[in-house]
Amino acid sequence: MPPHLLPALTATARARAHPEGTPCSACGAATLADRPDATVVRHAGTVVKAHAPGTDPDQLTARLATAAHLPGVLLPPLTPAAADLHGRLVSCWPYGAPVDPDDPDAAPWEAAGTLLARLHRAEPPTALPPMRGPAKAARAVARIAGRGEDPGPTGIVLRAWSALPAWARAEAPMPGPAALCHGDLHLGQLVRHPAPDGPWRLIDVDDLGLGVPAWDLARPAAWYACGLLPPEEWSRFLAAYREAGGPAVPADGDPWPALDVPARALTVQGAAQAIVRAERDGRRALDEVEQALVDACARMVSPVPVSVPAQLPPDSPT
Amino acid sequence: MQCPKCHAPMHTYNRNGVQIEQCSNCRGIFLDYGELEALTRLESQWSQPAPPPPAAPQAYPPAPPAPAWGAPQHGGHGGHGGHYGHHRHKSFGHMLFSS
Repeated sequence: MPPHLLPALTATARARAHPEGTPCSACGAATLADRPDATVVRHAGTVVKAHAPGTDPDQLTARLATAAHLPGVLLPPLTPAAADLHGRLVSCWPYGAPVDPDDPDAAPWEAAGTLLARLHRAEPPTALPPMRGPAKAARAVARIAGRGEDPGPTGIVLRAWSALPAWARAEAPMPGPAALCHGDLHLGQLVRHPAPDGPWRLIDVDDLGLGVPAWDLARPAAWYACGLLPPEEWSRFLAAYREAGGPAVPADGDPWPALDVPARALTVQGAAQAIVRAERDGRRALDEVEQALVDACARMVSPVPVSVPAQLPPDSPT
Repeated sequence: MQCPKCHAPMHTYNRNGVQIEQCSNCRGIFLDYGELEALTRLESQWSQPAPPPPAAPQAYPPAPPAPAWGAPQHGGHGGHGGHYGHHRHKSFGHMLFSS
């Protein structure tokens, strides 16, 4: 981030939150995120976000219009378009209270499922680009690619990636009827507005677009499959999604035929990010959560145990 | 060879001397003539000395379906046990809140 962006962003938030002459004290001013792809600053009830360098202004405007059009699902922006600030597109949002990372029991799994179902059933108000989930997975994997044959985690993760169909690697258009998708669902993407106890809404429209709706369910699905999310919480999320008529999975029965490919893709993405993170932290070993993702990639590319009599009675015709 | 269902390439694996073709995409399995019988034979040899299955615990509902590549604790234990408690806080704060 250029050094002058954060002060300028803070000044923008402050000016919006505190009109001329009103004091700013204990208003909860903070830098909420400061990453290469986004800087987010809060002053009182206003949040301003500098989007990733190179963000397409027309696509961002269409995504902001979608959020403004669906205020019961997505947090609506304060302004219809993003403004330029030191070469970065900046959008303004109301502050919402996030999920508490220290309180797993309070995670809003039902709200997440219900909001996604409503999003997937919604008609976008304007033409939208494809949802960016597969493109982001491909970008994460590209950071560990090109190292030749690697017998360790990198090789395992790359083999699990190459076993995915082309659409999940952003090398072909997504199949099936396109739904309006969030594109990057995780627990940091839910806030209560108005804070602290208003209804839950989805935030972050940067990856929003049309595509395979199962992608939005696939991160919790991957966490469950990798043993990181307890079955009860996965079941609550999935049941709420189905209850609200979400189209990504059949209304009952096994959801995995629809979830398998995106959940594998997001497991591979998470494993690739873990490898990069561990290398950046002085080539440390993977921690147990990161290792669980790599282990799942290893199981994807090794033959599964076959239990033939359990699946096919010996005398059944084939 | 190509998968008859989804046309992705199939890979050959050897399990106990039996060649198995598995699809790299849909994970479907193709068996040549006689291979099913060979596997069934191996399975019955293997399972003969197996003890009777333990009684299913009544306190917990069965775990929801999980994929074949999922973590092994999904099999047979109703998905419960110390594993989640062990991972829970760490994975919650670390993994579940980031892109």
